[in-house]
This record gives sequence, C-alpha cells and structure tokens, in this order.
Amino acid sequence: MNRLESYLLISSILAALGVVTIASRRNAVAILMGIELLLNAAALNFVAFGRFVKNAAGTHPLDGQIFAIFIIVLAAAEAVILLAVIIAIYRQVESIDADRLRELKG
Amino acid sequence: MNGTVLGNVESIRYFLPEIVLVGTILAVIAFELLAGRGRAPEPPTAIGRRSPVCDGTLAIGLLGVAGSLAALLSLGYEGPLLLFEGAIAWDPFSIFFRWFFLAVAAAVLLIAHPYRPLVCLHYGEFVSLVVGTAFGMMLLASSTNLLLVYLALEMVSLPSYILAGFLRGDRKSSEAALKYAVYGAAASGAMLYGFSFLYGMTGSIHFFEMREAIASGGIPVVHLLVPIVLVLAGFGYKIAAVPFHMWAPDVYEGSATPITAFFSVGPKAAGLAVLIRFFHSVFAAGGEASLRVIGSVDWTLLLAILSAITMTLGNLAAIGQDNLKRMLAYSSIAHAGTMLMGAVVLGGSGVHAILFYLVVYAFMNLGAFLVVIAISIDKRRETIADFRGLGWRMPFLGVSMTVFLLSLTGVPPTAGFVAKFAILRALIEEEIYWLAVIGVLNTVVSLYYYARVIKAMFLDAPDPTEPALPSLSRIHLALLALFLVPTILLGFRFGVLDAIAAASRFLVVGS
Repeated sequence: MNRLESYLLISSILAALGVVTIASRRNAVAILMGIELLLNAAALNFVAFGRFVKNAAGTHPLDGQIFAIFIIVLAAAEAVILLAVIIAIYRQVESIDADRLRELKG
Repeated sequence: MNGTVLGNVESIRYFLPEIVLVGTILAVIAFELLAGRGRAPEPPTAIGRRSPVCDGTLAIGLLGVAGSLAALLSLGYEGPLLLFEGAIAWDPFSIFFRWFFLAVAAAVLLIAHPYRPLVCLHYGEFVSLVVGTAFGMMLLASSTNLLLVYLALEMVSLPSYILAGFLRGDRKSSEAALKYAVYGAAASGAMLYGFSFLYGMTGSIHFFEMREAIASGGIPVVHLLVPIVLVLAGFGYKIAAVPFHMWAPDVYEGSATPITAFFSVGPKAAGLAVLIRFFHSVFAAGGEASLRVIGSVDWTLLLAILSAITMTLGNLAAIGQDNLKRMLAYSSIAHAGTMLMGAVVLGGSGVHAILFYLVVYAFMNLGAFLVVIAISIDKRRETIADFRGLGWRMPFLGVSMTVFLLSLTGVPPTAGFVAKFAILRALIEEEIYWLAVIGVLNTVVSLYYYARVIKAMFLDAPDPTEPALPSLSRIHLALLALFLVPTILLGFRFGVLDAIAAASRFLVVGS
C-alpha cells in the first residue's frame, strides 16, 4: 500500500466519480458534492506526490502538503458561497433542480 | 530578464499597492457598519435612493483605488524583482496589469454609481467585492507559483460569484450566480487536478524550477498533455474561451449590467495574463528574442486551435442574439479568441500586441456597456428592439454606441482596427498565415451583428408608445467622453500606448 501508484489510483477514481457526478446529477447540492470530490482528488495527489517525489535538490519540501491544506480551506470557502447561492435560488424557485433554471438561455 | 529574489521583509515595500487595497476592503466594511449604526435597516423601497452612507462607501472605495495607484507610482521601477522568496513577480508585465486592473475597478465603481437597481443595495459590500476582485486580479497577473495562482484565481472567482448574484430577489441574477459558481468551481477543480500532476512530474510548484525539470526532458507526451489541457480548462474558463465558455452568455445576461461590464474586461484580462505568464515561464525558455517551446507538447498549436474555435463560435453565435447583453457576451468571447491569437506568437511581439489590444478593448467594451447601462438605468432595456431610433432620440448616445461598435468590429479609423492589425501583424511575421486568415474572416462575420444594432439605432423608427428614456447622468456623460476620446484618438495617434505596451511586454524569466 505504501507506493505512489496506489494513491494515484485512488485519486483518479475520486476524480472520475467527481466528474461523473458533476455531469450527471441535476440537483445543485449533488453537483457541489461532485466538485468536492474533484478537489479532494487533487489534494490527495498533492499529498502523495509531496511524500514520494523529490525536487531537483533531492529533498522533500513540504510544498505538496501545504498545497493540500490550502485546497481544504478554499474548498470550504467555495462550498459556503455555492450553498448561499443555492439557498437564494430555492427561495425564488422552490427547487434546486438545475434543469428547472430556464430563465436564461439562447 | 532575470530577477533578484527578495526576502519576505524587503518585499513588503513592493506589495504596498495590494496592501492598500486590502485595507480599503476593511475600511469600507467598517465604515458602513459604524455609519449605519442606529439607523433602521433600509426598506426595499430605498433602492435607487442615495444616502450619505452609500456615497461615503463609494468615496472610500475610490480613495483606496487612488491610493493604491499612488503607491504604485511612488514605487517606480528599477528592474525585475521576485518578491516573497520568488512567489510574486515585479516586472513590467505585472506592473502594467496592476495599473490596468486598478483603472478598471475605478471605472466600474463610477459606472455603477447612478445605476438604480444597484444603488444603496448593500453598497458597501458591492464596493468591497469589486475592490477584492481587483486585488485578486493583480495577484493573478503577478504570481509565479502554482499555489499562488490557485489562491489568486479563487480570490477573483469567489467575489465574482457573489457579484453575479448581487440583485437579490431577481431570478435571473440568482440563476446567473449559480451557473457561474458551478462552472467556475468545476473548472478550478480540473485545473487543480492538472496542477497536481505538474507538481508530481517536476517536483516543484515554482514556475522556474518546473521549467528546469521540463527542459531536462524525459517526460512523455501524454504525461504533459493531460495536465496542460486541464490547466487550460481553468484559465480558459476565466477568459471565456470555447469550449469553456458556456457560462458566459447566461452570466452576462443575468448579472446587473455594470457587473457584466466588469466581468467582460477584468477577469478576462486576468485570465489572459496568467495564461501568458504560466506558459511563457514554465513551457518556454530562451530569453525574449529566441523564446521557444520546451517539453514534448507544442502548446502554441493547442492555443492556436483554441483561439480559432473561440473566435469562430463566438461570432457565429452572436449573429442570432436579440438581447444586447447576450450579443456583447458572445462578442467578448470572440475578442478573447482574437487576443489568444497573440498568445500563439512567442517572443515579445505577441505579448506586445495583446497588451495594446487589452487597453483598447477595455475602452470600447466598457463604452458599449456604458451605453446599455445609461438607457436601462431604471428598468431592463436590453434588447435590440429597445435601441430602435436611439440615434434620433439621444444623438450623443447613438453616435457613441456606433463608434464603440465599429471599433469592436475593427473598422478603420478606430482604435479597434489598430489593435486587431497589431495582432495580425504579429501572426504574419511568425508566418502563421492560416490563423491570420481565420482572424480576418471573423472580422467580416462580426460586422454583420454589430451593424444590426447600428441599423436599429438610426434606420428604424422608434416605438411611439415608448415612454421617454431616462436622461444621461453627469457621471455617465463624463465617463462616456472618457471612453469615446481614446477609442477615436487611438485609431491614428497610437504612439504613446504602443510605447507603453512595448515597454510592458517583458516578463521575468528566472532568478
């Protein structure tokens, strides 16, 4: 289990699930979950690469781990805004179904 | 140009313009809280009525932007630097964009001032969000580090999502916010996934260290191509390049028009800046004159195809639009494609042409949006039918709109012609003829839909039952003149702007 490939495999499964969720679900909250999966796949990649990949100087700087922390923080910020927008939509349309948003098209 | 790396403490001096902006955000919020204390909350009927508090927030916002400009001016420029241990570039390219974004933010704050649906609707938040977006855009244009690119991109995106949905209770506005946020979050997730692979293969998140790892070779094509495409999704979304453009028409139509004007210039320029810096610093090497692609993927070809598709689709989709904001959205997609053509040309001439184009584009596009804003100040008048007879009812507005639209088309003797010519010249010098031909053909297509608006303004009779249009406010009149003069003047006296763009094309390429 302690090999780079196993982490990359898990993260690619996460990313694939995220993309499928974003593309196929119509519920806005479910789409948000798909986005979170995609972000976490990237974060897992960063941590795994940070652990296994050496830089040019042959050392392991903590760049990957730090990047993952920033991803977690920003994912939270993004979720806050998306949920706020979803609530604003729900107040007007009484639904969070992305297919029912048809005011704007052309 | 090699830059000197500065430590954290010495760098703070050069970060002053950004620090002033952050202070402005806090000051605006604090002022609104303190000045509004003890008053009853504004009733919904107060929308459109001005109060000292809301004028005060605008004044603080403008003062902050002016202070940031003054700080930028007082710092001067003595040579390229890399601030904060190599995370932020201080080079002519980034200084140009700092100026550009501050000017755009100030213009948008002023444009929004007389626009009634926005006035006094949480005005402090509006000002702080616009200033915050400007801060993010300045950071985005100067970051030389993957982590900072991601942070800055989100600093642009998150306030933009809120701005798109700023008209609370307006269904179109909320829908625009949701579409913007969902597409944006998905695009930045894809970009981040691409970043993680680039980090894995190069072992670094610093642009110049990544470039060394890529230049030393040994990374297979597939391993570079997939991350590059993913990263292009993130940047292309900000620029609204096809196929990452789907959000643009809906968001442009649904948002309040001053905010739409902001989106069409600010974040687009920021996306272009980060795209140029990323590809020129990570996937190209060899100094200004002999810059060449490194690594196994020819990303210039990718960009060329992307720009050709973007221009063509943007222009073709604009033809059928009856809503002027949607039409301008597709036209801004087409202009993004035109500017991407410049990014295909390596070496200074491409960047030079893009910088020139960006300034001209800001004048003519903000001008065109300003006319839409000026006549829809009290209610949504955004369709081409609403423009019928405008040339006779309000001649100054009609004539200005005509100039802006002709300039957007690229008809001489307007500034748009010179700007488009500069991009095409750069392409022809590099002997990329096929792309130049597509660019010229697209100009012909665009003439059709811009001319439709001009025809409606001057040849169609106005609807006699239509009530009188709102009169032009003084701020809008001044701004209209401010946008109109350069749009005409730069058509034949472009020496100064050309010199500025030429001097600003240099990017720091290492330490």
